[in-house]
Amino acid sequence: MTSFAKPSINLKNAKRNALGLTWHDYEGAMSTLCAGCGHDSVSACMAKAFFELSIEPHRAVKISGIGCSSKTTAYFLNEAHGINTVHGRMPSVATGAAAANSGLTYIGVSGDGDSLSIGMGQFAHAMRRNVNMLYMLENNGVYGLTKGQFSASADVGSKSKKGEVNLAPPIDPVTLAMSLGATFVARAFSGDREQLVPLIKAGLKHNGFGLIDVISPCVSFNDHAGSTKSYAHTYKYYHKAVHADYVPMSKEIKTSYDAGSSVPVKLHDGGSIVLRKIDEDYDPYDRGAAYAQVVERAAKGEIVTGLLYVDETQEDMAATNKLASRPLNTMPYDELCPGNAELTALQNRYR
Amino acid sequence: MTKSVVNDFVIKLANVNGTGSSSANGLLMKSIFRMGVPVVGKNVFPSNIQGLPTWYEIRVTGEGYGARSGDVDIMVAMNANTYARDIAELRPGGVLIYDSTWPRQHVLSRSDVTVLGVPFAQMCNDAFAVARSRVLMKNMAYVGTVAALLDIDPDVIRGLVREMFVKKPKLIDLNMQAIALGYDYAKTNFECPLAMRVEPLDKTAGKIMIDGNTAAGLGCVYAGATVGAWYPITPSTSLMDAFKSWCEKFRIDPETGEHNYCIIQAEDELSAVGMVVGASWNGARSFTPTSGPGISLMSEFIGFAYYAEIPLVLFDVQRVGPSTGMPTRTQQCDVQLCAYASHGDTRHILLFPADPGECFTMAADAFDLAERYQAPVFVLSDIDIGMNDWMVDELTWDDARQPDRGKVLDVDQIKDLDKFYRYRDPDGDGVPYRTLPGTHPKGAYFTRGSGHNADGAYTENETEYQEVLDRLLRKWRGAAEHVPSPIVKSAKGGKARWGIIAYGSSDCAVLEACDTLAKDGLHLDYMRVRGFPFSDEIYDFVNAHDLVFVVEQNRDAQLRGLMMLETQIPRVKLESILHYSGEPLTSCFVHEHIKSCIRKEQSA
Repeated sequence: MTSFAKPSINLKNAKRNALGLTWHDYEGAMSTLCAGCGHDSVSACMAKAFFELSIEPHRAVKISGIGCSSKTTAYFLNEAHGINTVHGRMPSVATGAAAANSGLTYIGVSGDGDSLSIGMGQFAHAMRRNVNMLYMLENNGVYGLTKGQFSASADVGSKSKKGEVNLAPPIDPVTLAMSLGATFVARAFSGDREQLVPLIKAGLKHNGFGLIDVISPCVSFNDHAGSTKSYAHTYKYYHKAVHADYVPMSKEIKTSYDAGSSVPVKLHDGGSIVLRKIDEDYDPYDRGAAYAQVVERAAKGEIVTGLLYVDETQEDMAATNKLASRPLNTMPYDELCPGNAELTALQNRYR
Repeated sequence: MTKSVVNDFVIKLANVNGTGSSSANGLLMKSIFRMGVPVVGKNVFPSNIQGLPTWYEIRVTGEGYGARSGDVDIMVAMNANTYARDIAELRPGGVLIYDSTWPRQHVLSRSDVTVLGVPFAQMCNDAFAVARSRVLMKNMAYVGTVAALLDIDPDVIRGLVREMFVKKPKLIDLNMQAIALGYDYAKTNFECPLAMRVEPLDKTAGKIMIDGNTAAGLGCVYAGATVGAWYPITPSTSLMDAFKSWCEKFRIDPETGEHNYCIIQAEDELSAVGMVVGASWNGARSFTPTSGPGISLMSEFIGFAYYAEIPLVLFDVQRVGPSTGMPTRTQQCDVQLCAYASHGDTRHILLFPADPGECFTMAADAFDLAERYQAPVFVLSDIDIGMNDWMVDELTWDDARQPDRGKVLDVDQIKDLDKFYRYRDPDGDGVPYRTLPGTHPKGAYFTRGSGHNADGAYTENETEYQEVLDRLLRKWRGAAEHVPSPIVKSAKGGKARWGIIAYGSSDCAVLEACDTLAKDGLHLDYMRVRGFPFSDEIYDFVNAHDLVFVVEQNRDAQLRGLMMLETQIPRVKLESILHYSGEPLTSCFVHEHIKSCIRKEQSA
């Protein structure tokens, strides 16, 4: 099957962002996913977040692995370069790309199979390196393209479409990320744009590795009764703990927040992430406490969502490697090549 | 064959690894080099940190040959555990130096060699208080003894010791003292010098002694590489170590401390090559050094880069396989692995450096080729080239040289396009145009390893798929004329019936064998292959001879196999000479095998 061109509809009165672009300018090719797939909602949220942040589409880079989720990098931001790499290896490509040019905005899109099974190692190490990127893990508990096998995020007791019950304990990307030192850890639900779009904006503006684990149901293979990753199950059990909004530097934070319940987190670009605690007891600044809360709620079957942990103080990969502020990929050659005179001199020790 | 004894012999030093012998052996070799006498050094070491046998071979060669000869004339036997085999290796009339601190088993003695006992351990135990010093200084003591016996200039040694410890001056006196112990003992107790000895020459001017990994790392700096990703693996690790130290010297802004490079130690080779894919796709010159097992792990990404047309530079410092094999021993065993790495129809560009000098130049060439052809390029070195110090011509760089970044559209070129199509072939050379992320909205495209057409769009259409695949083959074939061309050394005195083809680290042994075969009245032309895909010259060379010997350091005749697959050369015209023990090839091996093949053919 070839991809279909999406009809271009330019509405006269379409809302324009600070760059004068409309939402349409942030769209991608026509999706080839199943009707009702959670991933399509996520792609729409990505486009919306980029539009609202007024990021030039071509200054973004979309990177993915293999799987249904990984296909979606073609379905938003047509004017951005995209690369659909090798199964489970998106993080390494993103890492190399970010090293070559730290001046672009990097979005990695992956799934639970791509990130938690074949690509678990790369996923973990990209977090350790604090690569400056937003990592969308579109999590449906199932392998879609190969038609319905359990993934590593399937819950114990969750039933497959064929009636098989999963017995192996799930890998939770959120607690995994917290334990590995990730600096922005969030969970969301593809069915809740009000929560997801602001989270994506905050994640894009976060300096360092941002993970959003998005419960994104698979309508074809994992949306039946007995599945814990279905729309119905997720609607029933998801619990918003902390809402996050990105506020640019240009905007003054006007709303007053109850002391203790919300604190703006200052970002490198001068803007802030404003957190609104829905759950008074939840502490997104304390890694240990946040971890305990997520584990505790999960044991009760609750799906805790929102910005669950944030730490804006850590250096990203570019900083730990003391990368030049100018991108390496445009460094003039004469600054990189020491020349023949230096070559002659350095060989003294070999004479 | 009578043997000249001045400036033509081999010293072999048998040691225990982890005892500091390697720097002492390096010192000995460098001293001879500084006296203007060409040397060849081979370090044969175990896959171990401490306690196992290790050997260092120094060939003193006034003629300036570059390979092992296959003889051992002087054995410094410092390892009791290998004593028996070390003595056995010595040629009749040779000299054995051993540590006489402890009694020697008579069964291990030989009457046809000169045996010189020196109480190295005793002298060092008496002279030095610290236990570690006693171990380390034994090495320096035998350097002194060998220097006295071979008439090596003590001033040259002293100068080198001062250079060695320029950052730890306290160690200079200690080491000098140890050298003097061994030197004085020999002068007092033996007749010095031996008939086998070193006489100063002027044959090392304009030469350096350097290992291939250091030179390759330097080549990457000169090529303008900015991103290096790797996973530690013997014997390629020192390539990235070298790149790092050169970058620290040349690529850090003295004022800001900012780095004009990024080195990432990956979690495995899959990730290392993925990082190179990402960085190269994003327009940085990027590379990964590895060895055979790493290439196996990288293969999926290599196929991706081949099909999605992303430049990649990979250094494969080959070691003995299969599997873990013998990781510190040398072979040319990844030729076919690299030529066709990955699933599906894939063919790659290979470069075969023959010495550290070519590691430097071919490192730079590899980046040009990778970017010109938007494809993976492999530099196939090996542990012999990569980790041994070789005497080569001083490295030079043409300051007018500019990198060939290939067909990358800049912002103005993109603006002028109606629409950008990633995989079309407007120039007819099979090489498409590419754009870099962030340049301009009109340049954006989607890179994928799944089926795509010339426009860069997803396809499962047979015609569109084949169009791209056929162009990739045309593109690859075009590289044949741009990889380094073969070098031919014709036999003296007209048309030779036989030819030799070799590549990489076999070169020196073959060059010397050509000389020794000529002395036997056998004259052969020699072609050294330096790249793949093969150019027509290789076919023509084989055609011009009745029989061509293909010398390789692997069991399965991998280059010969490639030649049969990729050219119309008839199988019967290629006779394999195969050496795959893990030790560097000797000229004697090549000489004997070719000679016996020819004799067999002549008597048939």
